[in-house]
Amino acid sequence: MLKIKKLNVAVNGQAILKGINLSVNAGEVHAIMGPNGSGKSTLSKVLAGHPAYEVQSGAVTYQGDDLLPLPPEKRAQAGIFLSFQYPVEIPGVTNINFLKAAVNSVRKGQGIKPLDAIDFLSFIREKCKLLDMDESFLYRSINEGFSGGEKKRNEILQLLALEPHLAILDETDSGLDIDALQVIARGINSMRASTRAIILVTHYQRLLDYIEPDFVHVLVNGQIVRSGDKTLAHELEKKGYGWLLESEQL
Amino acid sequence: MAKDRDQLDSFLAQDYQHGFVTDIESDTFEPGLNEDIIRRLSAIKGEPEFLLAWRLKAFEHWKTLEEPRWSTVHFPAIDYQALSYYAAPKNKKEGPKSLDEVDPELLKTYAKLGIPLREQELLAGVAVDAVFDSVSVATTFKAKLAEVGIIFCSFSEAVREHPELVRQYLGTVVPYRDNFFATLNSAVFSDGSFVYIPKGVRCPMELSTYFRINAASTGQFERTLIIADVGSYVSYLEGCTAPMRDENQLHAAVVELIALDDAQIKYSTVQNWYPGDKNGKGGIYNFVTKRGACRGKNSKISWTQIETGSAITWKYPSVILQGDHSVGEFYSVALTNHYQQADTGTKMIHLGKNTHSTIISKGISAGQSQNSYRGLVRIAPTATNARNYTQCDSMLMGHESSANTFPYIEVKNPTAQLEHEATTSKISEEQLFYCQQRGLDLEDAVSMIVNGFCKQVLKELPMEFAVEATKLLGLSLEGSVG
Repeated sequence: MLKIKKLNVAVNGQAILKGINLSVNAGEVHAIMGPNGSGKSTLSKVLAGHPAYEVQSGAVTYQGDDLLPLPPEKRAQAGIFLSFQYPVEIPGVTNINFLKAAVNSVRKGQGIKPLDAIDFLSFIREKCKLLDMDESFLYRSINEGFSGGEKKRNEILQLLALEPHLAILDETDSGLDIDALQVIARGINSMRASTRAIILVTHYQRLLDYIEPDFVHVLVNGQIVRSGDKTLAHELEKKGYGWLLESEQL
Repeated sequence: MAKDRDQLDSFLAQDYQHGFVTDIESDTFEPGLNEDIIRRLSAIKGEPEFLLAWRLKAFEHWKTLEEPRWSTVHFPAIDYQALSYYAAPKNKKEGPKSLDEVDPELLKTYAKLGIPLREQELLAGVAVDAVFDSVSVATTFKAKLAEVGIIFCSFSEAVREHPELVRQYLGTVVPYRDNFFATLNSAVFSDGSFVYIPKGVRCPMELSTYFRINAASTGQFERTLIIADVGSYVSYLEGCTAPMRDENQLHAAVVELIALDDAQIKYSTVQNWYPGDKNGKGGIYNFVTKRGACRGKNSKISWTQIETGSAITWKYPSVILQGDHSVGEFYSVALTNHYQQADTGTKMIHLGKNTHSTIISKGISAGQSQNSYRGLVRIAPTATNARNYTQCDSMLMGHESSANTFPYIEVKNPTAQLEHEATTSKISEEQLFYCQQRGLDLEDAVSMIVNGFCKQVLKELPMEFAVEATKLLGLSLEGSVG
């Protein structure tokens, strides 16, 4: 589904990603771990098409096509979803209007009939239920006055509503208490499917206790220094990132 | 500056040439402003003596005034002697013969706003047969309004049919000495609208929705007078949401509202006159004096304005809160793009006891435009327990636009309570990216964020107006981001 080859990315002229190679197939869950400043969020944003990140070299194909020339909205319409580490507030725009506009833009992009207001309401109510979200959430302005946990939950609601082919979840677990983490993990697990790939970007092993990854990659200083299965995450938890850094230098 | 002046002069001179060379109509005045012109104007309209006397007093006073220069807007000097002060009825022969001759950009905008074809022809000034549906529609509605005693007609008609009402109220809110442009208007106003709602009547429809075309050709010195008698209610919509073809560069209109005891007037404007091109060339100067008087107890006047057009917008719809317990409201969105300038706001003059006012102003500046809120809240010594809430929010788009806020507050009564909030924000790359990541294209994203920003004001508009205004805000910003 997604193939990244020798990807080099800079922000304001400073190299952040240095030769990333990664292959993600449908049905797989990949975890990308790494210390602060290793380039995890940069990778997420580049895949989603953020304009501030310059791709200097390398290639990314998504479902066989070159992804990099596409503007962000075309990528979203092609089924790429990014759950933001820091979701922005948009005052005056209600969640429900935004969600409906988003869902219908993606449907339109994929040539599916848009949902009308009534169908959409029953569709989105169901998703709210799965995430233990009160319906009143739908009528609040996007993320305005939301707590950290509520913002993250709202991101997962959007994930459920947009039903993407490739979901990239950037630090979805940060700032969550254990109950909220379980709810969010339940939402994400409900999206696991043979046709869908998920990339979890995280600091900690904690999230992976609830969402079991098929592959774990460790990103350090803009490079993937180690890949393995879920046991790699456990090892990291025990030994810390320092262990890998040292072994790199050997 | 000198070059700008030449442009304006030649623009005005053009009018002049047309008057002489193409078609010498007996009822188009030669350019120039003097007492004789005003007498002729008044005579053609068959006005009573009191009105002519009023015009002449205004003209005498105007001669002593100078064009005001205190606002932040910049414009070349206007040669008032180069204008023609009477041109009626509009010469249809000079307009486009069909929609095929109209600027395709304009037509694209109409299509996006969903304006019916027939109305498009009217807005674009296509020379259609004079006997046609909007006239008959107007007549039908007029009859319906007359049943409940409502008078809704052109100002000239009101002068002929109801001179006593005109005489009683004209100039009582905006006196002829008020300011340079209002004084000029008082001397030379050509036509406008007149509304009278009798005691206890709730006007059964939004006035002017169906008449917007008729009002379009009333020219550059428009005069509107609305009187809501005791216990009555009226909602009046001014202007239209589609850009109007208009050759007049200077618009100096006056609007006066009068609400008696327990009466309510809701006045909504969507102004989208030609703003000039992307380089700041051309466009309307909209210098308007709008004021309402809450003359009776428990009366209420509410101004809602969406200003997206004109090269320069300079106006302060105000309320004089005279009656005890009266309420004044001002809800405004002013959006400027390219080289547009807007200096707009309100004045809330509290005179009566327990008077309340609310000001919500949203300014959006894009391109190289300049957008200022200027407002005055005055609490007179007599206004015990007066309250005001003011909120001014500015949104900047791009790096070259500017926003200013000039709140003036004068409090002469210690029981007054005033609140003032102001914010300035920038439409951020992160907000746009967030929306785009969810599948919205850039235009939809901008439109959604801007409409969210303006929500408090948009919800004050009558429903069908709000829908068009929402679309309009998005359209006016096309190409301003990215």
